[in-house]
Amino acid sequence: MTAAATPAPSPATTGEQPGVRLARSRRNSELSLLLLAMVLVAAYGATVEANVLDTVTPDFWVPAAALGLVFLGLHLVIRWLAPFADPALLPAVALLNGIGVGFLRRYDLARATPTEREDLAIFAGTGGRQLAWTLAAVVLAAGLLALMRDHRSLSRYAYTLGLAGIVLVMIPAVLPGRFSEINGAKLWIRFGGFQIQPGEFAKLALLAFFAYYLVRKREVLSLASRRVLGIDFPRGRDLGPVLVVWLISILVLVFEKDLGTSLLYFGMFVVTLYIATERVSWLLIGLTLFFGGAYLAYVLGASVGGPFANFYDRAQIWLDPFAEPYDRGYQLVQGLLTLGTGGLFGAGPGGGQPTLLPEVQTDFIFAGIGEEIGLLGLSALLVTYLLIVERGLRAALEVRDSFGKLLAGGLAFTLGLQVFVIIGGISKLIPLTGQTTPFLSAGGSSLMANWLLIAVLLRVSDGARRPVAAGGVAARPTGTPPEQLHGAPTEVIRP
Amino acid sequence: MPELVITVARFGFLILLWIFVFTVVGVIRRDLFAGARSSRLVAAPRAVGASTGQPGAKPAKVKRGRAAHQLVVTAGQLAGTRITLGEAQITIGRAEDSTLVITDDYASARHARLVPREGQWFVEDLGSTNGTYLDRAKVTGPTPVPLGVPIRIGRTSLELRP
Repeated sequence: MTAAATPAPSPATTGEQPGVRLARSRRNSELSLLLLAMVLVAAYGATVEANVLDTVTPDFWVPAAALGLVFLGLHLVIRWLAPFADPALLPAVALLNGIGVGFLRRYDLARATPTEREDLAIFAGTGGRQLAWTLAAVVLAAGLLALMRDHRSLSRYAYTLGLAGIVLVMIPAVLPGRFSEINGAKLWIRFGGFQIQPGEFAKLALLAFFAYYLVRKREVLSLASRRVLGIDFPRGRDLGPVLVVWLISILVLVFEKDLGTSLLYFGMFVVTLYIATERVSWLLIGLTLFFGGAYLAYVLGASVGGPFANFYDRAQIWLDPFAEPYDRGYQLVQGLLTLGTGGLFGAGPGGGQPTLLPEVQTDFIFAGIGEEIGLLGLSALLVTYLLIVERGLRAALEVRDSFGKLLAGGLAFTLGLQVFVIIGGISKLIPLTGQTTPFLSAGGSSLMANWLLIAVLLRVSDGARRPVAAGGVAARPTGTPPEQLHGAPTEVIRP
Repeated sequence: MPELVITVARFGFLILLWIFVFTVVGVIRRDLFAGARSSRLVAAPRAVGASTGQPGAKPAKVKRGRAAHQLVVTAGQLAGTRITLGEAQITIGRAEDSTLVITDDYASARHARLVPREGQWFVEDLGSTNGTYLDRAKVTGPTPVPLGVPIRIGRTSLELRP
């Protein structure tokens, strides 16, 4: 009986040793996906040269190979430092980044004179600069992975990060216009020929702070409530922090003249609040506050002008870009026409005319790419963004601590929201604001901040997928002995 | 460059782009599928029925084949969560650094822990306010946990599965 009760492992259970399922790190899938992405980038480069130069130069593969080497380096760092991280994140981001570099190089070719075209150096022009920035950003991401061995260590610096975030947001607003204003938006710090966009980094710092703050406050925010019309609304005094962030985002809107950034900060906070408390009422309150604020700014812009005038202008262009197609609406109209020219299949990489589109290397890069790869290609890129966001949310679902959940969920959502804000802007779904398209647009600040974001997501997903048997979650990163659990304080929430 | 080559390159690039997207989806799908297969296996634990066949079995005599390999949450907010067991102890509570962080109003910050000793898992209450129960009995000291017997913490229940 005893012998019969001792089961022989059935075929399905042979691999069922502790930790075997979760221990599958899928690093090899990541490597092959990465190679496929780089083949795509090389193919893009070759098609561009065939179209623009009418011949494929013998070193068309050099930018793709350089990018491939950098990403391979990051892949090795992940193998070493975060072996259980999500396998889909790195290749998807690598593809977007590679296409971005490829398109910027294509833009350089379009602007160059025929003699310059033949030997465009690898680090020349916007494309080359973007390649160099990618190098720096990936090194930074690897550094973050090395420094932060456990995402929970980030919560120790939460208040410092929160303060740094607010300071970074405020700097461009306080600086005089000639140091901070480009194209009407005061989002920059400029000195000499060099400019950085501190808001991109502030995003990450503020999110880490929000996550920490809400983990501490989630009980009071989610338990104490009043029920109105079947939805639980929070008490008046708990609304304080939301109102403060709302006020800050309105101030950003007014003083930095940028709707996108303000929408980004506020959306980020409301969604982390929603993830922390699981209350739909926060989304309703957030949306009402934001749309109310934006409408108020529009009305004030029409009547008072002053700091609100810029927002009023942008809203006017959005409502009817064809009213002044050669003047204020020029950029948006050109963007829409470019997307229309692309049609379903596009003109082929290198077949479009990106030089006709103002700001094609930054804000309108998605329209510029769309002209050449068409709706089908653009939807592939959008699905790639979607997959990155999905993997981030997945990591948030799987990770076991609430700080990690909020951090990963918030970061993934922020990335998605930024893509929505800029692509919604160029396709005239919402008023256009100068956000960068993550990983595609030219610009070092944006590239670095977004690669740091990916590094944090990789770290969280590593913590989420690492089996307990491997000592991942239970082990302390610093190697200090665990505190005496018997002596630890307990707390109660009485219903 | 002949027109044909350019056309082929143009559409070839789009096809390759979508192949990439579907390959990524495939990797994600395989990842999910691996989890689903193992959960189906866990959903039918043999140990519950088998343990009734030998009522006097001592926990220390646990056979290799029936050692607990997973901790499954069967009731409460986290129902469906499973943790693969290894050599490390599992701490349960509302504190952030617990192995299993439960958001149960009746749970303490550091509520209980599961410790492996010679292939057998022991549950130990860490001075929680509302107590830990093994099936119906309140846990006072380290108590061996048989497979498939619920450990109750507030509204949450957990079971060891092979």
